Amino acid sequence: MQNSLVNRGKPKLAVWKFASCDGCQLSLLDCEDELLDVAGAIQIANFPEASRAVIKGPYELSLVEGSITTPHDAERIHKIRRSSKFLITIGACATSGGIQALRNFKDVGEFTRMVYANPDYIDTLNNSTPISDHVAVDYELHGCPINKHQLLELFNAFLNRRKPNISSYSVCMECKMRGNICVMVANGTPCLGPVTHAGCGAICPAYDRGCYSCFGPSEDPNMRALSTQLKVLGVSRKDIIRLYRSYNANSEEFKRESIVHEDQ
Amino acid sequence: MKTNSSSRTIKVNYLARVEGEGALYLKIKDNLVKDAKFKIFEPPRFFEAFLRGRNYYEAPDITARICGICPVAYQMSSCHAMEAALGVKVEGTLRQLRRLIYCGEWIESHVLHVYMLHAPDFLGYQDSIQIAKDHPELVKQGLELKKIGNELVTLMGGREIHPINVKVGGFYKLPTKKQLQKLAERLNWAKGAAFDMIDFTSKLDFPDFEQDYEYVALRHPDEYPFNEGRLVSNKGLDIDISEFDQHFEEQHVEHSTSLHAVLKERGAYKVGPLARYALNFDKLPGEIQETALKAGLEKECYNPFKSIVVRSVETLYAVDEALRIIDSYEKPDSASIPITPTAGVGWGCTEAPRGICYHRYELDDSGLIKDATIVPPTSQNQKTIESDLRAFAQQFIELDDDELQWKCEQVIRNYDPCISCSCHFLKLTVDRE
Repeated sequence: MQNSLVNRGKPKLAVWKFASCDGCQLSLLDCEDELLDVAGAIQIANFPEASRAVIKGPYELSLVEGSITTPHDAERIHKIRRSSKFLITIGACATSGGIQALRNFKDVGEFTRMVYANPDYIDTLNNSTPISDHVAVDYELHGCPINKHQLLELFNAFLNRRKPNISSYSVCMECKMRGNICVMVANGTPCLGPVTHAGCGAICPAYDRGCYSCFGPSEDPNMRALSTQLKVLGVSRKDIIRLYRSYNANSEEFKRESIVHEDQ
Repeated sequence: MKTNSSSRTIKVNYLARVEGEGALYLKIKDNLVKDAKFKIFEPPRFFEAFLRGRNYYEAPDITARICGICPVAYQMSSCHAMEAALGVKVEGTLRQLRRLIYCGEWIESHVLHVYMLHAPDFLGYQDSIQIAKDHPELVKQGLELKKIGNELVTLMGGREIHPINVKVGGFYKLPTKKQLQKLAERLNWAKGAAFDMIDFTSKLDFPDFEQDYEYVALRHPDEYPFNEGRLVSNKGLDIDISEFDQHFEEQHVEHSTSLHAVLKERGAYKVGPLARYALNFDKLPGEIQETALKAGLEKECYNPFKSIVVRSVETLYAVDEALRIIDSYEKPDSASIPITPTAGVGWGCTEAPRGICYHRYELDDSGLIKDATIVPPTSQNQKTIESDLRAFAQQFIELDDDELQWKCEQVIRNYDPCISCSCHFLKLTVDRE
């Protein structure tokens, strides 16, 4: 829109929203110390939550928040893909379908009738699905919400044309690095840390509670071993299902394991 | 935009600087506003449906995900509702700490809105990053103040968005006095910055526009409201929050995936900073009352554009209250009170930065949620936003299309609408015939 000459050479960033709570894109505005520097290195070209100005695509970098839940959105994501060189999903909704993917296990018509008096006004799909079910995704940032330091690392990597330095091991590793005492071993508190993707910094165990997996499954999680341990701790079959069915319920590993317990 | 002799149409496909996505439609014929709709197309996420069958203790974490901007509000309302259903009450220091984390959310949310979402309208910029090019110190001070709000939420909650430390019955872990004292040093700086914020916002230009609102907010006998109180209005409402259903109803209209809340007897009403301030001015500390009056506010303010000043006054209050709570803090022995699952119904209503957030839950005897109702602030303001648009566009109908469009966007931003909360998607369309 304005100052296109001044901004020549700066890569253009767009931030897109689908079904979500806005928290992951807010993480960018929560980078209080770095925001103005980011805006100095990257042209914030399309970010409605922050600016009225919209600069037309194509965009070098698109950040996508939210999951696909309507027929219109299932079309819109293809247009966004076509106008984006790199497309990166931010957060559990975009990466796995989010908490709203709990509908995938139920009859969505029943949900609509429960919440809305006139369900005919509501146009919604039966399933909430991640962006990668619809278009090719270049990188995924996990978390509900994402960790803003990982977002900054992503910008840094993007600007320097290198791979982001983001680990895919489990929260257990972060717990050890933070010096936490294992809440499951020491207190018998059910914890999803052993199967959960690192990224939060093991906050929950540091605050004396079990991890509830905001970041979804880690690389090659041993689901069965954890389920066995949860049973030993006295967690009921139904509560095991609830533990796996939250913010990343639709992720392949959690979905499969929760169904195993449903069938028992 | 297209113009011809008999009709004018203005279209904006996306309202910016609000949380979430929505649309606006204005129809003008022969210089009369015929229709004003604030449309919300946010895809429904069905929280109330999938809360059914979940454990009572999962509600604070699950409902936080309704909104990334004000998760603490959802955590607080759900905790209070659950505690009411389970027959327990959080008091003393734990109750003070709940106010403390809420102070953090008010600071980060109000400052975000004032400096990054609302101020650009008054100063004629597209966004705060552009403001920073001309007035770097102003934006940097705002960012620093916002950061302190986030630091407070992070210390109390574990992280700034979707905190993990809030629990039905209290907290998982309590901060040490030393940790809080360290934060108090930052808050002392923040207090000065909040005075600057009031000074800055009070000098902005405000359109001459007032409306006869019915203001609805919590009112507590001893304090400016965060977590508890009766629901009152300036037109005679005075009820216990458990009577909400008898006085309010939610209507489902075609142009919005967010339900419209109305007072059964009188229709549209308004929640948020202006309502809280008008109904609770006497509960502000004397120093803050004086500052507000000196900044040109009356004890009640009916100009929605001046909400930016009231948000600044509330930011000062939140900083001041946080300092007071920290000063008197002694770490209790236990981080939470024990809970035994039991059947029951409970109500919770707390003051989110943008207005009351109402929750009602019904539990079975094992503590599983049988039924959930959540009324977020923005769905309550929708009808009033529409009436503001109609009245404002009529009063300023001589403005050219670009100017009218921008001002109408500002009319919506006056409310700091959280469309993610209520649902979502803004498109602005003005048809003139």
